[in-house]
Amino acid sequence: MKNLSIFLGCIVPNRYPGIEKATKLVLDKLGIDWSDLNGASCCPAPGVFRSFDKASWLALATRNIALSEAMDRDVLTVCNGCYGSLSDANHEMKNDPKLAKATNKHLAGIDMEFKGTSDVRHIVEFFYEELGVEGVRDKVTQPLDLKVAVHYGCHLIKPSKERGFGSVEKPTFFDELVEATGATSVDYADKMACCGAGGGVRSALLDKSLDMAEHKFKKITEAGADVIVNACPFCHLQLDYGQIEVKEKNGNEYAIPVLHYMQLLALAMGYSPEDIGLDMNFIKAGNILEAKV
Amino acid sequence: MTKPSQLLEDMGFSIQTCMQCGTCTGSCPSGTYTSLNTRRIVQSARRDKDVLNDDDLWMCTTCYTCQERCPRGIKIVDAILGLRTEAVRNGIMLPEHRKVSQMVISKGHAVPINDDSITKRLQLGLDELPANVHKFPEALEQVKKLLESTGFVELIAEEDSK
Ligand code: SF4
Ligand code: SF4
Repeated sequence: MKNLSIFLGCIVPNRYPGIEKATKLVLDKLGIDWSDLNGASCCPAPGVFRSFDKASWLALATRNIALSEAMDRDVLTVCNGCYGSLSDANHEMKNDPKLAKATNKHLAGIDMEFKGTSDVRHIVEFFYEELGVEGVRDKVTQPLDLKVAVHYGCHLIKPSKERGFGSVEKPTFFDELVEATGATSVDYADKMACCGAGGGVRSALLDKSLDMAEHKFKKITEAGADVIVNACPFCHLQLDYGQIEVKEKNGNEYAIPVLHYMQLLALAMGYSPEDIGLDMNFIKAGNILEAKV
Repeated sequence: MTKPSQLLEDMGFSIQTCMQCGTCTGSCPSGTYTSLNTRRIVQSARRDKDVLNDDDLWMCTTCYTCQERCPRGIKIVDAILGLRTEAVRNGIMLPEHRKVSQMVISKGHAVPINDDSITKRLQLGLDELPANVHKFPEALEQVKKLLESTGFVELIAEEDSK
């Protein structure tokens, strides 16, 4: 395993910088060697750009990977969408010589080349594989007394042929990592259901997209969860800001704070909600966390 | 224009084995709230109906639940994405998707930085601009050049400006 470059994507650095901060604090605390991935662009989003034009999607994704190759680092993503794009692109470039040749031709125009020397990781998969649940538990200094609704997000585990994490109907690895912080993962109806944001649906059909999100809000509220924890900033945006949008749309009010797993872990390692920008969410976490952390 | 059934066959999707069981439709989180009927899309493609102009194509969140559950192992979502590609090639695209594509071409990000986020970054003690193309103008030039080279810029241009 190589050292890491952090691929932040669009939404983390450009909308939820608290997740960027939390990620860097956690990696530092663990003594993991990371670097920024200077000059990275949009991954680009898999459900959207890949379907518009595969060659363009692949060229842009490959450029991001090649940036990390040039630093001799593996790519660490903190987003299911970025992970989907970059790991699929990496896989195709490594295994399809014809496609690789065509893509490298485009890259040559900007003096870059894909060599196939780096891996692409997702932070949840990385923690589960490299540190393990016990390894994470060992680092917890402030166990969290929270009831968590875990939202995996579709592209962390699906398509399962490409991801290879086992069960897509009832996975447990993310719940285990959440519980390593002292929190309890509560079961809720339609837990594996989509948040509704992907595939360009949020951008083009917001109203319908929010109906799907609200379905989750209802089920999560019924289950009595204190917070939602996700591993994907696009789900994070949909689940956090989406609660405001749902209220504007039909008056239904939900107030479930939303945390990226890096933020949950940062709390469990002793950082304050302010350190990691939780107060910058649309749904304020204040009361719940003060009582529990 | 190639017929949808042939098109999907050429892409390696064997939709002819569909037994119309409806597992896909029953699994679809979008279909509960939208007109999307996954089984019907597959059926329409098989029967060479005009699926490229079918609005339902754009209602799929690509959650992959249907594809995971299809008893015939049909790569339903990949097929839907393939149909979208063909639609875009034929100039069929939702205006919002054209806009977000133009955003990537001009800014390098589908969701670019804004003033509010810069303020938040500074409060957190992060650099004002993240280490992406926003901080490195020469990187943005590379992105633009790359998307020129692949033909994306032209593909996404408004019909009347072509
Ligand atoms: S689940 Fe598969 S076989 Fe059943 S209707 Fe859908 S595409 Fe056809
Ligand atoms: S991938 Fe698309 S069509 Fe399939 S179940 Fe999910 S939203 Fe429905």
